[in-house]
Amino acid sequence: MTTVIKVPPSLDEHSFEQVLEQVAGLPEDAKMLLDARHTKWASPYGLAAMLTLGQSRGAAKATFAVPDSDETLSYWSRANFFFYAADCFDLKGVVPRRSPAGDAQLLLPLTPVAKSEDVHDVVGHIQEKAQQIISTELGIDPKAIVGFAMTLSEVCQNIIEHAGCGGWVMVQTYDYRKRLGKRVVVIAVCDAGVGFRGSLDTAGHRAPTDRWDDAAALEASVMRGVSRFREAGRGQGLAGVRKYLARWSGKLSVRSGTARIAIVPDWDDDPPLLENLPHFPGAQIQVTIPEKADR
Amino acid sequence: MTNHIDLGSVLRTTLSANLYSNLVTRPTGRAVRTQIETLLRDARSSERALTVIDFTHVSMIDFSCADEIIAKLLLAYVHPTLESYFVFRGMNDGHWDAIETVLERHGLALVVERGDGVELVGVLADGERRAWDCVKRRGRAVPADVAGDLGELESDMGAALDGLWRRRLIMRHGDAYMPVGELA
Repeated sequence: MTTVIKVPPSLDEHSFEQVLEQVAGLPEDAKMLLDARHTKWASPYGLAAMLTLGQSRGAAKATFAVPDSDETLSYWSRANFFFYAADCFDLKGVVPRRSPAGDAQLLLPLTPVAKSEDVHDVVGHIQEKAQQIISTELGIDPKAIVGFAMTLSEVCQNIIEHAGCGGWVMVQTYDYRKRLGKRVVVIAVCDAGVGFRGSLDTAGHRAPTDRWDDAAALEASVMRGVSRFREAGRGQGLAGVRKYLARWSGKLSVRSGTARIAIVPDWDDDPPLLENLPHFPGAQIQVTIPEKADR
Repeated sequence: MTNHIDLGSVLRTTLSANLYSNLVTRPTGRAVRTQIETLLRDARSSERALTVIDFTHVSMIDFSCADEIIAKLLLAYVHPTLESYFVFRGMNDGHWDAIETVLERHGLALVVERGDGVELVGVLADGERRAWDCVKRRGRAVPADVAGDLGELESDMGAALDGLWRRRLIMRHGDAYMPVGELA
């Protein structure tokens, strides 16, 4: 029997939880159809996390019914979604041929990250396009571009250093009317690896308390800079990202296992910590930087 | 003797590619530092060496790379007998965010060459910073000079200068101290 998983019409870091709630409890080898026919829009997180879900199923490939909307199909194609989804899912439906991403809002289409050279390529690519988008369109100080590239580099390195498998990154700007009424630039980095708790467990970083779970591991890594590596300089990547985001009123959210932690700026009302979420392997990171306040 | 290491060239040599001008990722930082250490070993001909690390052709550096290159290099070359001094040239505001973060993390300081001379940046006690400024102003100073200029005890200034020398932030010749990099 095949279980049909309904993909929400709008797929972002919040609504993706609806997908995971439906997947939770299914056996690993369960037949699954992800029905995205009525999905109209997806954030970078939505697309990257969907690929990660497909990756996490391993040999038990799920079927993915592609969106009905030509506009959505076209955009997802330009974002490279179907190119990589073809490896992770059995695609059902006709998808447009892959075309060069000529979309100004699409700073970086879905791009695999598995090794150090991939991060160099990603950072090099973003530097070419970031000047116009971040400085001109979002009105953020041009000095922020270097910090943006650093942030991108550090969150991508999380995959290389800790995941134990490859993942995807995507960067896009869009109007974030629902919560902010402004344009934002969003980085999404997702993998289906060992996750924060799994990474810390490998070094015996289990906290000397009774509480050791995904939330505790996220608090240790994201808030206190604890790393599985014992060298003094480790763990400062995410600390540097936090410092950068504080300066530009940015938001960081990190989901791993059954928990999600967020550094929440004034403009957002996300809870700083969510626990007991449906289990999802690996780590899923989203960075959101808003348009300058007085524009 | 003075060595000059162009980080942009080292980066391109290390990665065997001419495409990259960004110091990003920890493996890249590790490879670049190893290459720098090889160059320093090959070039060393005396117990005192000054090396200019030139960032001019580096577009950006991230936190991980700054930790691997700057912090580990500074930590490794604080040696009791061999005197290895570093001056960092060509650093801009874009480089500084990552470098400042790792200096704070490790409690380190370094000498930066700007257009108008050298500066000391990073983690320092107030007395150390004032003592360093005094040595820079004078060009050469003994503890009594610094104590006189700053109105401090000579013993305190002697300790501050000795501490700066042990961190290889000033040079010592006999009883006198000189700024690192003035002759670079």
